[in-house]
Amino acid sequence: MEPVLSIRDMAISLPPGADRDFAVQDISFDLNAGEILCVVGESGSGKSMTANALMGLLPDQVEVARGTAHFEGRDIMALPESERRKLRGDRIGMIFQEPMTALNPLMRIGDQITEVFEAHNRHSPSERREKALALIREVGLPDPDKIIRAYPFQLSGGQRQRAIIAMALALDPAILIADEPTTALDVTTQAQILDLIKTIQQRHGMAVMFITHDFGVVAEIADRVIVMRYGEIVEHGTASEVLENPQHAYTRALLKAIPTDSVPTPDPVTAPPVLEVRNLRKTFVTSGGFFRPTRSVTAIDGVSFSIARGEVLGIVGESGSGKSTVGRAIVRLVEADSGEVILDGQDMNALSASELRSARRRVQMIFQDPYASLNPRKKILHALSEGPIVQGVAKDRAHARARELLEIVELDAGAAERYPHEFSGGQRQRIGIARALAMDPDLIIADEAVSALDVSIQAQVLNLLRDLQKRLNLSLMFITHDMRVAAQLCDRVAVMQHGKLVEIGPVAEVFLSPKADYTRSLLAAVPGTDWLEGAA
Amino acid sequence: MIDFLKRFSRNRGALIGALILITVVLLAVFAPLIYPDSPWKMVQRPFLPPFSTEGLPLGTDTLGRDVAAGLVYGARVSLIVGLVSTLVALLIGVPLGAFAGFYGGLIDDGAMRFTEFFQTIPNFALAIVLVAILEPTLPTITLAIAIVSWPPVARLVRAEVLSLRKREFVEAARLAGLSNTRILFGHVLPNAMSPIIVMASLMVATAILLESSLSFLGLGDPNIMSWGYMIGAARTVIRSAWWLSFIPGVAILLTVLALNLIGEGLNDALNPRLARKGR
Repeated sequence: MEPVLSIRDMAISLPPGADRDFAVQDISFDLNAGEILCVVGESGSGKSMTANALMGLLPDQVEVARGTAHFEGRDIMALPESERRKLRGDRIGMIFQEPMTALNPLMRIGDQITEVFEAHNRHSPSERREKALALIREVGLPDPDKIIRAYPFQLSGGQRQRAIIAMALALDPAILIADEPTTALDVTTQAQILDLIKTIQQRHGMAVMFITHDFGVVAEIADRVIVMRYGEIVEHGTASEVLENPQHAYTRALLKAIPTDSVPTPDPVTAPPVLEVRNLRKTFVTSGGFFRPTRSVTAIDGVSFSIARGEVLGIVGESGSGKSTVGRAIVRLVEADSGEVILDGQDMNALSASELRSARRRVQMIFQDPYASLNPRKKILHALSEGPIVQGVAKDRAHARARELLEIVELDAGAAERYPHEFSGGQRQRIGIARALAMDPDLIIADEAVSALDVSIQAQVLNLLRDLQKRLNLSLMFITHDMRVAAQLCDRVAVMQHGKLVEIGPVAEVFLSPKADYTRSLLAAVPGTDWLEGAA
Repeated sequence: MIDFLKRFSRNRGALIGALILITVVLLAVFAPLIYPDSPWKMVQRPFLPPFSTEGLPLGTDTLGRDVAAGLVYGARVSLIVGLVSTLVALLIGVPLGAFAGFYGGLIDDGAMRFTEFFQTIPNFALAIVLVAILEPTLPTITLAIAIVSWPPVARLVRAEVLSLRKREFVEAARLAGLSNTRILFGHVLPNAMSPIIVMASLMVATAILLESSLSFLGLGDPNIMSWGYMIGAARTVIRSAWWLSFIPGVAILLTVLALNLIGEGLNDALNPRLARKGR
């Protein structure tokens, strides 16, 4: 079969002073009509750069150094900008990662779709409107007549992604490039969007280049797979070859790092509870001022649970389910409206501000974003010892303990004298763990602690957390949106939806015989479920 | 630090600015050594053009005073007023903005309405009124300039603090049981330093301009030779002896330009991610 797009020996150069000379090099592959090609790799592997080079969207000072990309008989890398502009949106469409920022917030959805026709001088205005309506219908947006006049802020994340897909489809392109289009979405929405991309691809017979970091997604939709690392293609083959019989060591490592669904059978919990949360409630109220009505959102709606000493409780839910707010309300970064948070017999919610400051030691948090959670202007030693020193630990002892903790989280003791920017994301997350341990807490709350990390790093940090938890008998509350991660680490799992606790129980029970419908739909939506079950 | 110097020196404009400023500072510091006599002293007959008489490279003014001496002593006034008024403005603006941003709510509302009160009055008019009410001396002029220039500082610091206080490292500090003041001064403000430094360097430049404008209008300290006064005194003779206004004008231009160049260089050096793009 004649490939739609064939890339030969492409290299993209980075500006001097970057960590390597080429973002990608020696890239050669074909994209065939009617297939979905998944480009998989961890962050920094150059997968997005490849897509941006095809679209002519490379950032400043980054340029294609050599190589060709033949598309419909021409080398698009050699075309002048005006010719490439004609291709964009017409013959090659693109879907972006962030549905929240990829649409112009001041334009109606219908206008954004018709603008594509306008830019390429197609159809009369009334035809454009008809076509836009048809597209909106095709991507499965509800109530097309309303949606066409809606502004992006009136749509949910999944609906916006559908609108963007409609724009990309407008001129029936030969190639659709999708750059992590489902990464920012919740798992149930992700499943729907993946489904949509697949049906559309089949209906239009397009070639789709799908960029992702998630092998579950690959298993779900890919016909062929390219695995990239450090800007080079390390493995290339059909989906079943790569997933079932990976040749390259890196692919094998990546596949191994994926948390599996195999659920461990934890020992029944017998220890007394460290934390008891009773009937916690929180409603966020935005005051409207003179002319606007006040808006209120119920984040936590009467949640009760307990965590035993040495137990790991997972809290899973989609974004907006209130799972993070629960964690923050326990440590009182958010003040709950009512309810009790009893820690060793003491109600945290009833403490005064000064009592709270000394009680804070007892519950610590590990944050999501390893780049924002450390003060960029303070040395690691300072980050690890400031808290204990404020709580009255002698300076020498706090410093000695900080160095000891760095070793516990498997970092070099020399790390103490360095600044956060000298560490990678995974290393910073280890420092975050050490900082939580430094306070010698009764309970640690990990809020999406591994979500921002690449899958291989994620596996390492999860291993570390599991080790530490066993060794130090930590009580852990693990908040995550990722069902697989929760299954790996937790003894019990609580599922949250719309601020309520839908289901709580031992992992095996929740995952293997879920009682609530919502839990069942969450589990079914996890990409690659069939493939993993087949493998297990 | 070395990294910072390297990035700063990569900007050629900033280097030139730094050179000009260093020259001006050296002249100002060593003024009494170069010209031991008072700049007010008459040394020759009036209206000598530049480069016409030996020992008087820039000639004499309407009363026969040495223009070069006036220029050098004027640099002292400009720099002192610029620096001190900026420091005072920072001392007012930084804490006010920091508390407003950090505590929010009523404190924020109060502080910002107070700031807006000053922002609604035109800078220069307020400075004139203040100097006119108080006696025009060096300290009162400096104070007047500081009073009209702190509001933007307060707003900038408030905006920075507002975004920083939501960061996770601040929450981590709060969980460690740190007091609010310690979080504000130990964790939040140090991270807001870069834009404050850049703004301060530009504020010195505007303060110099303000001082010159005040002295030009005759609201300067009558006992101190300054650039603005020199231009103001020479404006009646601008048709016959244009250089008497031109020379101090160039001095103001160069100093202000130098400070602006430095400000931009600092901005590039302190925010490397913004600076590197597309040059």
